[in-house]
Amino acid sequence: MTAMPAWLARAASEALRRFGPVLALLLMAAALSLLSEHFLTLDNLLNVFRQSAVNALLALGQLTVIITAGIDLSVGSLLGLSCVLAAMALKAGVPSAAAVLLALATGAVLGALNGILFTKLRLPHPFIPTLGMMNVARGLALVLTGGFPISELPSPFRFWGAGAVAGIPMPVIVVLFFCVLFHLFLTRTTPGRDLYAIGGNRQAALLCGVPVDRRLILAYSLSGLMAGAGAVILAGRMNSGFPLAGVGAELDSIAAVIIGGASFFGGVGTVLGTLVGALIMGVLRNGLNLLNVSAYWQTVVIGAVIVAAVWVDVVRQRAAPGR
Amino acid sequence: MTAPLLELRDIRKSFGGVTALDGVSFQVLPGEVHALVGENGAGKSTLMNIASGVLQPDSGSILWDGQPAPDLDPRKARQLGIAFAHQELALVPQLSIAENIYLGRHPTTPKPVVQWRVMLERARQLLAELGRPLDPSLPVSRLSVGEQQLVEIARALAFHARLVIMDEPTAALSEHEVARLFEVIARLKHRGVSVIYITHRLKEIYQTADRVTVLRDGRHVITASVCELPHDTLIRHMVGRAAQDQLPPLAPPPSPTTALRVENFTARGRFHDVSFSVRRGEILGLAGLVGAGRTDLLEALFGAAPADSGRLWIHERPARIRSPLDAIRLGMALVPDDRKAKGLILGAPLIWNVVLPSHRRFLIRSAEERSQTESIARELRIRAAGFDQPTSSLSGGNQQKVVLARWLLARASIFLMDEPTRGIDVGAKAEVYELIRRLASGGAAIVLVSSELEEILGLAHRILVMHRGRVAGELPREQATEEAVMRLATGGVA
Repeated sequence: MTAMPAWLARAASEALRRFGPVLALLLMAAALSLLSEHFLTLDNLLNVFRQSAVNALLALGQLTVIITAGIDLSVGSLLGLSCVLAAMALKAGVPSAAAVLLALATGAVLGALNGILFTKLRLPHPFIPTLGMMNVARGLALVLTGGFPISELPSPFRFWGAGAVAGIPMPVIVVLFFCVLFHLFLTRTTPGRDLYAIGGNRQAALLCGVPVDRRLILAYSLSGLMAGAGAVILAGRMNSGFPLAGVGAELDSIAAVIIGGASFFGGVGTVLGTLVGALIMGVLRNGLNLLNVSAYWQTVVIGAVIVAAVWVDVVRQRAAPGR
Repeated sequence: MTAPLLELRDIRKSFGGVTALDGVSFQVLPGEVHALVGENGAGKSTLMNIASGVLQPDSGSILWDGQPAPDLDPRKARQLGIAFAHQELALVPQLSIAENIYLGRHPTTPKPVVQWRVMLERARQLLAELGRPLDPSLPVSRLSVGEQQLVEIARALAFHARLVIMDEPTAALSEHEVARLFEVIARLKHRGVSVIYITHRLKEIYQTADRVTVLRDGRHVITASVCELPHDTLIRHMVGRAAQDQLPPLAPPPSPTTALRVENFTARGRFHDVSFSVRRGEILGLAGLVGAGRTDLLEALFGAAPADSGRLWIHERPARIRSPLDAIRLGMALVPDDRKAKGLILGAPLIWNVVLPSHRRFLIRSAEERSQTESIARELRIRAAGFDQPTSSLSGGNQQKVVLARWLLARASIFLMDEPTRGIDVGAKAEVYELIRRLASGGAAIVLVSSELEEILGLAHRILVMHRGRVAGELPREQATEEAVMRLATGGVA
């Protein structure tokens, strides 16, 4: 490293940490608006946001878990199961509002179960219970439907996924609502701060009187809750409860969180970063579509971006002055 | 005078704008044990990192055997024969002793086949030469900390090291293991190997070193033979002022009310049938060898580890403690033995580490947290660039003060302190002693675990000695001598 004043290096590193993802998003948007005249239109931007909505919701839940140095592999399957249960309830004549609550509750309760299995059974890593739940929930969704989608849902339910208020699609409003909620929770409340403390040093947090198990159960149930919220949006948009909805979504949500600057080792991560991470993935897919790049290549690009985002973070930390 | 083995001339090094070393010169003679002392931040670690090639100096030169050794890097240093036994052990716990000794250099012919028999035999010889004939096929995870250290030293010898740098080798050792380490150092010296010995425990210098060098604020203060530098003078050189009495006057006699009473506390395999009580204002010393069960006991009392049986009274009321949260609500505080692993969330801001136990209301009150942290930091003289800085940026002494600040803010009345001065410099130590005394005079009950006997003898009103998980005996202050404590701690009778 060439000699740079310490304060400058520190300030640059801090700025990169805080605004790096935002900067990357803006650069991508600028490049795409030059490459395609369709990119920078209100319609297209809303479209990007709407398409990113489900991933953004799952990523918010995933963020709370990753902050605790955990991981939730079950969110995609919980989304699928919640979709199916809500659709079946609607078909049985349950009112739309109750179906929404059922989807949310399914996610939250099974998420809490993830947390309980992890903490109370003292399983070595959350990978294990959530991997189990990933299979169980997906299996149940397939068993309940026989593998067939449940289509034609009532319109009050579809409003959440397909409706709009004042021209703004509902999914966008829902995402912004939860972003604000999670931001306040993580930055302004003691339980939110406890999650960072647990991720930073679980043993130290415990010895400071943090109710570690309860907080972890909370984090996993929030993650499940967001899977339920994602289910409502997705089922509404697709007008069906599809048992294979959300296959692979857990990995997209993890990618969004990591691209958004959170640390896999826990203790670090923000709502803004995560939202931007989800949008980066959305913009990439959208932009590559506009440029007529095949969906197969899009997957390749997303993979490269995940690795690049973490690499930038590693370089930044190595360059940070002091020890 | 013999030619020096290693010579550092006029070394300068700065990090960012902070000068760590300001023209330090330093020589090590063949076969000498050279102690390197100074407060935290004096530049000891930086100097040794330069000597072992981990860091490059900004200016100055390094001579090995009289020859310039420019652009030293860790590999070159190792080839020259410089070995660094780190503070944090760098062994692979699952592998055997022999494999660890030869890690990365298994004897192989023809490559790449490992010659197990040769390796085991050579390892056995090395260990025997160091006076500890351990079975080299044992996995390192089964060894005590002291034995693991021995493996590190054996590894250095296997690489034909002529200079071994030891950074606080005794920090985690019991007195018994320290004595064994000193035997090993004597053997190294006998083989003509030089040792640089970094420590905070000044007493050890007089037991093992030939010469001592004092650094202060990145400058060389003095190098002298240990017999020319009595304890007081040494401390004066380190702190740059006259040595005050390191230990403060004894806290006033405790009040008659019992703060904490423990009866028949047992956790199978860790401690058995432990009973004692501490009064308000009393400092109870808990002495014993490492592994005597003191840390396990404190953690069980605090609800951080399970106990199988036993009863507990807090301020004369029966109490059940199932988690640290229960303990904290009853006014207990634990200062854990391992600051980095259990004490602090190093990546989190200083302020969090201070307020975490006491601010438990749902909504965070930033202004209140900040003003309380400010006042307690001022009271404890915590030196930090800012309260939002990650706690890892603080020196060891200041980090320990953050742990203490946390419990002052929580207004704890019963303090369980496990090695509260481990790895912190002389100045910070004195401040911690003063704080302990002040807490006791203010009516707090303190259980003090320390491996430094002087510390316990100097501070405690009463001393409980543990041996293999049991209370071996109790000594009132008047009868507590180092000999009496050690006799009990090693299984003898008082």
